Amino acid sequence: MSAARAPFPPNWPWRIGAALGLAYVVYASMQLGITGARLAQGWGEAGRFLARMFPPSFARWELLLEGMLESLQIAVLSTALGILLSLPLGLMAARNLSPLWLSGPTRAVIAVCRSLHYVIVAIIFVKALGFGALAGVAALTIASMGFIAKLFAEAIEEISMKQVEAVRASGASAGGVLLYGVVPQVASRFIGFGIYLLDSNLRNSTLVGIVGAGGIGGTLFAAFKRFDYDFVCAILLSIIALIFLAEVVSGRIRAALR
Amino acid sequence: MTPILRIQGLEKSYTPGKPVLRGINLEIAAEGITAVIGPSGTGKSTLLRCINRLVEPSAGAIWMGDVNLAGLRGRSLRAARRRIGMVFQEYNLVERLSVMENVLTGRLGYVPLWRAWLRKYPPADIERAFTLLDAVGLPDQTTRRADALSGGQRQRVGIARALMQSPALLLADEPTSSLDPKTAVEVMELMARLTGEVGVPVIVNMHNVELARRFANRIIGMTGGEVVFDGPPEALEDHHLHQIYGGEGWL
Repeated sequence: MSAARAPFPPNWPWRIGAALGLAYVVYASMQLGITGARLAQGWGEAGRFLARMFPPSFARWELLLEGMLESLQIAVLSTALGILLSLPLGLMAARNLSPLWLSGPTRAVIAVCRSLHYVIVAIIFVKALGFGALAGVAALTIASMGFIAKLFAEAIEEISMKQVEAVRASGASAGGVLLYGVVPQVASRFIGFGIYLLDSNLRNSTLVGIVGAGGIGGTLFAAFKRFDYDFVCAILLSIIALIFLAEVVSGRIRAALR
Repeated sequence: MTPILRIQGLEKSYTPGKPVLRGINLEIAAEGITAVIGPSGTGKSTLLRCINRLVEPSAGAIWMGDVNLAGLRGRSLRAARRRIGMVFQEYNLVERLSVMENVLTGRLGYVPLWRAWLRKYPPADIERAFTLLDAVGLPDQTTRRADALSGGQRQRVGIARALMQSPALLLADEPTSSLDPKTAVEVMELMARLTGEVGVPVIVNMHNVELARRFANRIIGMTGGEVVFDGPPEALEDHHLHQIYGGEGWL
């Protein structure tokens, strides 16, 4: 009588979906001509390329250092500017504190900042402002706003309104409510987001140079074009070292914040 | 004695056609404790929140002196709010601020923003905050974060914060409902004593009829958004409670 009770009934929609996904992967690899022979040939080329990268050459260390420092400056500047502009944006976009006529359009602005990849934004700014670090800072600032204003807004939307209500009931002005009811609830998360943004901008600032927006990316691209693979290797190692260092430092700060 | 509050025809509906308060008319004396009792969802909390405008009344007037609280906006609303202290059921302390900062929150309606931001409060305010923290029995907790305190301690901070406003009226919304019975009595005793000392009238919402009888000198029974009993605790009898809460088995 109770034979029909299945503890784990088959999930047919899931199975069909998985089968379709797998079929598409096979189809796509055939379309793109990815075959065993092509892969083998590619691996051979990769081997020759890697061989020319070693040993890395730090002979032009001045050029390397200059590029790295410029990238660092782009990252720090765009992070600072991005946070500064995102604080009011995040507040204006938070639906629990801002009226709909304000939060709606602000969300649209943030969405526009998010929608274009920062390299595309960098290309636009290089065309508008000319080559150099200024374009890189502008591009990464826009990207930072799209990234962090949304996180700020979400953090503000998650605060306890009971605490805000109590501050409001004391007769505090809007500024007082913000300082005593909102900021204490979000401050440590905001600092965490800021550090994460700096991390991410350090990485991104090494790339915008490829489209002419300043930093080590330009140096890297030039070295590629001139087949200076040993210098390329030196640049890549420096970037990896910088990002590692940033990871360690930000990890320490985050741990100290908890 | 002139009443501190005159509530006239107060109505509130959160959704049109479903009134939570149906024409409340009350006068609250400028001294003593008034307890509002009634079942959950009967509008006790809404009544209190209409007074300091955490909730917008749909109709009616709330006179405090010659000011209609129901019609205030902006600066004048904030000026009225700072004269009305509020104690909450779940304490509503800002958890990541220290006890001292929470108590000083009661001065936000008085001090300029830059002073509040830099924690540069007038020395008299700081002194009063220490005095209040001593009075509520937390002399050694001033620098602790609010989320490190127990429930009873938090409500003591909540009372200190409300009194820090130098209020003309104290509203308490179920101040003891989140506390154990012993702590509840202690907190009520504290609130009654401290407000009695400075002569601040209190309106307190309660579930606990016994506590209301013990501390209040006037009890208002509400049911279905209307006042159905209004009198001294001695006059509150079982048939009133039956009318307020319904049923009889629990009596």
